[in-house]
Amino acid sequence: MSDQPLLQARGVRKSFGKTEVLKGIDLEVRQGQVVSLIGASGSGKTTFLRCVNLLEEHDGGEILLDGDPVGYRMEGGRRRRLSEARVSAQRARIGMVFQQFNLFPHLTAEENVMLGLTKVLGKGRAEAREIASGWLARVGLAERRAHYPYQLSGGQQQRVAMARAVAMEPRLLLFDEVTSALDPELVAEVLGVMQDLAASGQTMLVVSHEMLFVREVSHHVVFMDQGRVAQEGTPAEVFENPASERLRSFLGRFHGLLGGRAE
Amino acid sequence: MIDYHFDWGVISRNADNLVNALLLGLGLAVVSLAIGCVIGLVTAYARVSGRIWLSAPMRAYVEFIRCTPLLLLIFFVYFGLPEFDITFLDKTESFILTLSLYAGAYMSEVFRAGLASIPKQYVEAAKAIGLRPWQRQRYVVLPVMFRITLPSVSNNLISLFKDTSLAAAIAIPELTFTARQINANTFRVMEVWLTASAMYLVTCYTIATLLRLIERRYASIR
Amino acid sequence: MFDTSMQPGTFLFEAWQARWSLMSGLGVTMSSSVLTIIIATIIGTIFGVALSYGWWWLRALIRLYVDLLRGIPVLVLILFTYYGLALFGINVPAFWAGVIALSAFATAHVAENLRGAVQSVPAGQMEAAKAIGLRFGQRLRYVIVPQAFRRMLPPWVNTGLEVVKGTTLLSVIGVVELLLSTQQVVARNYLIIDFYLLATVMYLVINLIIAQLGALLERRFSYLRY
Repeated sequence: MSDQPLLQARGVRKSFGKTEVLKGIDLEVRQGQVVSLIGASGSGKTTFLRCVNLLEEHDGGEILLDGDPVGYRMEGGRRRRLSEARVSAQRARIGMVFQQFNLFPHLTAEENVMLGLTKVLGKGRAEAREIASGWLARVGLAERRAHYPYQLSGGQQQRVAMARAVAMEPRLLLFDEVTSALDPELVAEVLGVMQDLAASGQTMLVVSHEMLFVREVSHHVVFMDQGRVAQEGTPAEVFENPASERLRSFLGRFHGLLGGRAE
Repeated sequence: MIDYHFDWGVISRNADNLVNALLLGLGLAVVSLAIGCVIGLVTAYARVSGRIWLSAPMRAYVEFIRCTPLLLLIFFVYFGLPEFDITFLDKTESFILTLSLYAGAYMSEVFRAGLASIPKQYVEAAKAIGLRPWQRQRYVVLPVMFRITLPSVSNNLISLFKDTSLAAAIAIPELTFTARQINANTFRVMEVWLTASAMYLVTCYTIATLLRLIERRYASIR
Repeated sequence: MFDTSMQPGTFLFEAWQARWSLMSGLGVTMSSSVLTIIIATIIGTIFGVALSYGWWWLRALIRLYVDLLRGIPVLVLILFTYYGLALFGINVPAFWAGVIALSAFATAHVAENLRGAVQSVPAGQMEAAKAIGLRFGQRLRYVIVPQAFRRMLPPWVNTGLEVVKGTTLLSVIGVVELLLSTQQVVARNYLIIDFYLLATVMYLVINLIIAQLGALLERRFSYLRY
């Protein structure tokens, strides 16, 4: 079964009260792929990402990670919610980087990375420290190991958050608009780390408004509109041949950024 | 387990007493809060004046009151003042004096924080239209400060009302004292204390609700 | 008034005479305070966590308890407990009746403060803790509680001060703590001002020490900013 997608979503639905945010999402992410979700705000991208990591429970359809349903198990044809411990174990296989960094303010950069390694993966402190400093060096923060989050810039905090997520060696890494809360001059350093991770073969599912990055780095681009997948394909297909008026007008906003190639 | 037969007749026979006692406590709290607000306002201005000889003693007063048990203060004033030949205060006046000094310290803290939280732009705008210093305080700073501090003032009123129960210790016939007397005379322990507790609770939450309504009227100003 | 010679009727002489009664009063004040603070901190923490994360019926129950206890004067709680326990044939010494009542009061405050502190930790912290796979207990222990603790401190220290001051109310049910032992001494020697001042100073010292310790702890956690 080497052909089995790492993440497979089938008809995923999610409502908040009366508003249906996801109206049946089908999506696949294969081992080593970078898949980007684009679309206007409110199109359901972030909600889908949160469903994958069980920060929200989807109401219908299924999300399979390596063939196992996420958050539920089937028992006699009915969905049964998994126990707290099983859910946590599933989450540990999926990493997530947030828009607001969400570093733990009472821990240093290194301790932020070490927490999951020691408490979830059960590694010893010495080993965890070694892994943590390795990843902090990889994101260019070797000498900031002992700093607390408030002593770091936004871009540095976001790089620590990425080290924290990737150090867990997740099967899949989720990025939720990770550059949206950053000052413009700090965006590049964060995107650089993401590019580096993608090049190393990390499987990634990315929600982003950085169209240039999406176009350069993704293997597959998914355009979401009003809770549905409106178009998907390679970056070239999506960016060169937008099938719908809505995708055209969405991309139109980024023309300048795409190198003025639209004329 | 002993079986206890409730006899609420005790309460209905003493209803007048209890209600009067409650009103007395409420009165003590309101009067003390009013005097305490004046003390608090004056000391708060002294503390933000930037003059150390004014602010230091006022800070000491606030810290002293905050760290001293109210019951001790009550006894100190009640038994201590006559030692200085100050004998014209009866026990109720002596209690009001104590509770006012006590409230003053807490209100000082509230008003100081309120004064500190007023945005500078207001004062600058007031300067810009040519208001003189006392006019800036009277028409800009104070009205804003009172709206900011209103929730804390209402919390203090509720605390003070609960604190009036300590007046029982010098035999002022407020609710706790009255309840204790009925308890001693009839030994209907449960009825008496359940009633007293309920009366305190209802009064506290009534005050809280009423004051929240007033707060909401001014909520448009932040 | 502040005659410093060691004659009967002078403050120093009478204070020396009364030293053991006052020390024992101080001991009762301290022990009842410490007991109350320990009990209230333990139960209040459990209640506070339940108030934040419990099932709805548990939250409603504890909310009711907290709101009831905060609307009744401590003195009434003490008198009610003292007379009430005796009525049900539970013969506890006045000291314990007082400690129970004070603890019930302080528990409500600790629980409410903890709930507020937990609520003030941004939601993203819980999500980030989930995202790295920590289980519920681990999320509380390693992420939420250390952050909530910092915000808990000032109100917790305040509750401590309230408890120390509140122990004076035990004098009303005959517990010979510092205030009542002072009154007993004064009843013998009539040095009202001197001995009330002495008691005041003792309370001031205890409370200033508590406040100082609180400030010290707060500084220890000053790295916690957002």
